[in-house]
Amino acid sequence: MIHISKRVDFTLFKGKAAWMNRFIGWGIRLLAVALSLVVCGVLIYALTKLNPVKVYAVMANGVFGTTRRVWAWLRDLALLLCISVGLAPAFKMRFWNIGAEGQVLVGGIATAACMIYMGGMNIPTPLLLLIMAATSIVAGAIWGIIPALFKARWNTNETLFTLMMNYIAIQLTSYFIPKWEHPKGSNTVGLINAGTQAGWFPSFMSKEALAKLDPNAWYTGLLKNTVGQPYLLNVLIVIAIVLFMFFYLKKSKHGYEIAVVGQSENTARYAAMNVKKVIVRTMTLSGAICGLGGFLAVAGADHTISAATAGGRGFVAIIVAWLAKFNTFVMILISAVLVFLEKGAIAIASEFSLSNDVSHIIKGIILFFILGSEFFINYQIKFTGKSGRRADK
Amino acid sequence: MKKILAIVLCVLMALALCACKTNHEDNNPDNTAAPQNTENGGETGKDVSGLKIGVILVGDENEGYTFAHIEGFKEAMKELGIKDEQVTWKYVIPENATCYDTACELADAGCNIIFSNSYGHQSFMVQAAQEFPEVVFVPATGDTANVCGLENVVNIFPQTYQSRYVSGVVAGMKLKELMDNGTVTDPYIGYVGAYPYAEVVSGFTAFFLGIKSIVPDAHMDVMYTSSWFDLNKENETAKALMAKGCVIIGQHADSTGAPSAVEAALKEGKVAYSVGYNIDMLKVAPNAALTSAQNNWSVLYKMVLKDFIDGKKVQHDYTAGYEADAVMISALGASCAPGTAEKVAEVIESIKNGTFHVFDISTFTVEGKTLDSYVFDFSTMNADFTAVQYEGEKIEVVSDGYFHESEYRSAPYFGIIIDGITSLTNTGN
Repeated sequence: MIHISKRVDFTLFKGKAAWMNRFIGWGIRLLAVALSLVVCGVLIYALTKLNPVKVYAVMANGVFGTTRRVWAWLRDLALLLCISVGLAPAFKMRFWNIGAEGQVLVGGIATAACMIYMGGMNIPTPLLLLIMAATSIVAGAIWGIIPALFKARWNTNETLFTLMMNYIAIQLTSYFIPKWEHPKGSNTVGLINAGTQAGWFPSFMSKEALAKLDPNAWYTGLLKNTVGQPYLLNVLIVIAIVLFMFFYLKKSKHGYEIAVVGQSENTARYAAMNVKKVIVRTMTLSGAICGLGGFLAVAGADHTISAATAGGRGFVAIIVAWLAKFNTFVMILISAVLVFLEKGAIAIASEFSLSNDVSHIIKGIILFFILGSEFFINYQIKFTGKSGRRADK
Repeated sequence: MKKILAIVLCVLMALALCACKTNHEDNNPDNTAAPQNTENGGETGKDVSGLKIGVILVGDENEGYTFAHIEGFKEAMKELGIKDEQVTWKYVIPENATCYDTACELADAGCNIIFSNSYGHQSFMVQAAQEFPEVVFVPATGDTANVCGLENVVNIFPQTYQSRYVSGVVAGMKLKELMDNGTVTDPYIGYVGAYPYAEVVSGFTAFFLGIKSIVPDAHMDVMYTSSWFDLNKENETAKALMAKGCVIIGQHADSTGAPSAVEAALKEGKVAYSVGYNIDMLKVAPNAALTSAQNNWSVLYKMVLKDFIDGKKVQHDYTAGYEADAVMISALGASCAPGTAEKVAEVIESIKNGTFHVFDISTFTVEGKTLDSYVFDFSTMNADFTAVQYEGEKIEVVSDGYFHESEYRSAPYFGIIIDGITSLTNTGN
């Protein structure tokens, strides 16, 4: 017989400090990633007869090979991380917000609308960006607050509700695209404000300013690769959100309330917490951050809007949030890995003329191993005798 | 009978190809003298070893549209003597900032000329073109090269409306046969379109005019799927059109959804035939498929690359039709009416030698009137339609008795709904 039970301690560190157990937990996760790479390697070799090490090297080069690639990776990582962090409070409250995709989209629509209708007004860039950020936050918050109100008032199922809200957001995008499309009938919005770049994330130092620097000075290259890049703002915004969310969940009263409501609503009520208020407040925050994700996607990356602006990130973010157990810093690591896999996939598809599906397989295997390792970290398996008695007793 | 038809067809096609070849070479007298496919120089006779090319593709070879582009590009490479290692392929590049990243990366890596194959890539290619003025960017099927103010942006677009017209002639022959033997009394045609976009409008108008040249009282309904590729939607739209009584179903969408719906209906005893696009539909609809309008991308790729290699200043627009073999129709299905192949050859010949123009204004009316003047504004508007994004010329495109499609810009601009066509728009505006 096999006996599965919830793990308290690892045998090696029985009764020892919690950090030691956490340490071995991470060891297991790393081992899982390593194992998954081995399995992928065997599969790659079996299917394509390519050297797996070479394939991984191409992936790494495809993501980190040039400064431009690293920044593209950082930009996509920032966006995924932003959405994941947005989901964290809702999930910690055991409120299944499956609607990040829609919240990102409405945030994106709000941003695009600001860029289109206010782009020609000569508003100073910082002010315009603030207005865009604010509208996207409001739009995302509205998309989050609707299912929360229904949940609080009538105890509706939030999983279905938030999921359905995604479809409304997608339809809403499809409604706006023909309104804004350019050229007419093409069903694409094209680059918004392509000429003036109004509402686009600027780099902190313009090309002209960089050109004036002494090309031999040690700091020139450094500045060029940091403040001269347009995606630095994306990264900075998301770092701020990550820090905020970490302290909000861990150190604030609100964060504590979220944790209690998530564990047991009855306990929360017993402790005189206003559960309805906590639900609505938390979902507003969750939707708002996801809406800001739409702002990052439209103003900071694509400079256009389409039904694919969210691109499934709202769902990938669920995996990130769960794997990280709502620890915002761990989320950085996991989004980094997932974005790496996604970008590396394009690299190997192009380098080896492998079909895109191969990279989906690799991604699937790695995720499977990471998720599987969680089982062995959280549960212990004991093999018992035939009679069913525990073998160690 | 079938065999004879097939043989006749093959011979005709072969003849058409030969005729085409000579025509083409007559147009380029300096080309005929150049040695063909020499070891190092290829057709141009120039050294192409310094050339580095990037190709951005929206899909990979498993997807029909991209497959046609890959095949076309490889053909052009072969003819120009460009080696494999000179070309960097980028597959499955989505139509978002990744396209811009990829285009910049290719430019960083030293590519002198960069191609992309999907319409949605264009804005990101233009964005990259602003940054790399010394590199030539070629967003295929795009429409802003002539107005965006950048010297290094090139659009290419085959004159698909010609092959659509010819496919319309094939459908018209079938329709006439059905009406002559009394199977059909109402010459009602259905068309599965992707979007009410000028490219689509131009295409279905040409198709309709092809049918009308054989069956003058034909009328057509167009329904849109709001997607370039959606198997189920195209299938359902074709069914909806057949339920209305349409007997010929044309399409401007990339999947096999419509032909398979028509094939199923035909099996159930309904009278319906299909005209496809891009790929030969005989595999999915052996009885219902008549033919498909197709593009041969290699011709346009070669035209651009040749000018580039020769050191000529690249133009903003490259387009070509039957005269250069850039468009064609797929093999005729077994259900085609007798005499179709001969008629097709005759029509192709008249398009080729310039005696016939597809958008001849004597063949159609708009709101009851002949279209004897049409000024097209080539400017493109900003998204909210309040400001001009790119200033373009206003040009009279009707002259000498016909609408000059694809002559002032490679991307189609015939966006007028003519009499006899009902465009059932269900999206906004």
